[in-house]
Amino acid sequence: MSVEAREARQPWILLSPALTAVTLLLLVPLCFIVIYSFWLRTATGADQAGFYLDNWAEALSDRFYRDILLNTLKIATITTAICALMGYPSAYFIARSRGNKAMLLLLLMLPFWISYIIRTMSWINILGVSGALNGVLTWTGIVDEPIQMLYNEATVILGLVHFLLPFMILNIFVSLDGIDVTLEDAANSLGATKWQAFLQVTLPLSLPGLAAGGLLCFVLGAGTYITPLVLGGPTDAMFANLVFEAIITQLNWPLGSALSLMLLAVLAVLVGIYNRYLGMAQLMKGLG
Amino acid sequence: MSSVTLRNVVKRFHKFTAVHETNLEIPEGAFVTLLGPSGCGKTTNLRMIAGLLDPTEGEILIGGRRVNDVPIHKRNLGIVFQNYALFPHKTVAENVAFGLRYRDVPKADVAARVQAALDLVQLPDVGERYPKALSGGQQQRIALARAIVIEPDVLLLDEPLSALDANLREDMRVELKRIQDKIGVTTVFVTHDQSEALAMSDRIVVMSAGRIEQTGSPEEVYNNPASEFVAQFLGASNMLEARCTGTDAGGATLEAEPFGQVAVPAEKAQRLGGPGAAQLVLRAEKLLVMPAAEMPEGMITAPARIETVDYQGQTVRYFLRLGERQLQAINMIDERPFEQGAEVRVGFRPKDASALPMETA
Repeated sequence: MSVEAREARQPWILLSPALTAVTLLLLVPLCFIVIYSFWLRTATGADQAGFYLDNWAEALSDRFYRDILLNTLKIATITTAICALMGYPSAYFIARSRGNKAMLLLLLMLPFWISYIIRTMSWINILGVSGALNGVLTWTGIVDEPIQMLYNEATVILGLVHFLLPFMILNIFVSLDGIDVTLEDAANSLGATKWQAFLQVTLPLSLPGLAAGGLLCFVLGAGTYITPLVLGGPTDAMFANLVFEAIITQLNWPLGSALSLMLLAVLAVLVGIYNRYLGMAQLMKGLG
Repeated sequence: MSSVTLRNVVKRFHKFTAVHETNLEIPEGAFVTLLGPSGCGKTTNLRMIAGLLDPTEGEILIGGRRVNDVPIHKRNLGIVFQNYALFPHKTVAENVAFGLRYRDVPKADVAARVQAALDLVQLPDVGERYPKALSGGQQQRIALARAIVIEPDVLLLDEPLSALDANLREDMRVELKRIQDKIGVTTVFVTHDQSEALAMSDRIVVMSAGRIEQTGSPEEVYNNPASEFVAQFLGASNMLEARCTGTDAGGATLEAEPFGQVAVPAEKAQRLGGPGAAQLVLRAEKLLVMPAAEMPEGMITAPARIETVDYQGQTVRYFLRLGERQLQAINMIDERPFEQGAEVRVGFRPKDASALPMETA
């Protein structure tokens, strides 16, 4: 074999474990889901193989699904915006701290040591009727009766922010950490105040990290079903809850498949648009 | 254009004193170099003048005005950083124009001033490019253009040439000096490279361990070092233990093995207090290596053996053994250098020697 042929093969050899995993665990199941979405669930509860468009017709025409989809995108957008606003200062602080950067990053990773479900459920002990916050409020006499603070859209967003904030901080941190601090000194020396230097230099250079963090938060937020299940009320279902409901509760795989593909398609289109307009290519031009 | 004054300035980081009480006067329009090894406090001084660090004690004056409480963005300084610190997301023209947006420069004039600055650094056609598309030397010029386009009161250069390779460094040295001459701005240049300092400066401030060792013109600090440190740092010097046996108007007489009596001229012996322990300073370039049989007139000589030959093309550096002592000599090569192990004669003219008191360490 020639040297060129061997060198050309090398990346494929190194990639093969990952490619095998992705193919077997993601692409093949996805194909099954696509096939399932065209089957039909009969009145007897059995799945009938074939090529039926009934599931798709239902998923695409029912306003119920459309409204929940829009609500899901709204919640994911709000969550992402809050994560960005809360995460940027934290990431900036970590990136600019001198000695204890490793310690701060470790603290940032600490929540991942506890299951996401447990972390979500912990809010019940804080905000619930017999939770810590109500305990303090009734004990101090600020309220007479415990207030029901849980099971609404706000607590769903709270839970999602709690879950997604570390991802946002990490992404922003990575891009801030790569920015030379003397750039800010240079901007200051040329007459820019600290704030102007931040707006003119640091913020634009950290946008790739902010964009990546935003994308990650949005996609993870839009695809979640545990947070609304645990912290949301009956009317706060998000789109993934519908998929869960169809497949796990009603055992209606064909409809669940069609719904999950619908969410996948919407997110894929949004990611595509995001990449096109907010994408890194434009920013990278200057950097690379 | 302004003078810069450091008055009793001290800088401490926690318990470590980076700059001991320092007084320094940088006249208007001068090119002054802070020279010293890393950790000597030269960059700390520069950063205090810039406003990137606050002095622990003392005052900093720019143009006679106390600036201790003036933030960096109001000091009107041009700073060129060691790594250039060009904004990677802005074009060259946007980089150069950056400082102008914070000054009341009419929009119409901005482009003209940017172009004038790019012309001055001899890169008139790169305005539309991004910094990454330029070579290191070109980025260096753009950083300089960005610093001078704002017509700063003082230009601060923090090791601006050290990231360049050797040939480019020498070209940029000449270029930098040409531009400074042309605009006449007061310039503070920080470097650890003695040849840069000697070539470019009106005055050199030699620093060591947070203190100023000597301030003077390049000729002064080179020919008449004020301390052993300065003698060693600016080129190679041989320090010989000696005894001063007497001083008079004509100079000082030193007794130094193995050369015997040396009459050091007065202006090079002025730091000697009087008779007693002293050091004889012999620059490696002033020490001449010759065949053992030669006895040139007017020179003080001693026999020596060549231990190591460090060939450098135009010049050669010899490490010589004279009994217990090892001396260095840097000579121009005439025909071919002496061989390793050769028995030779080494000599110098008394007027090239200088004397220092023995340092009590």
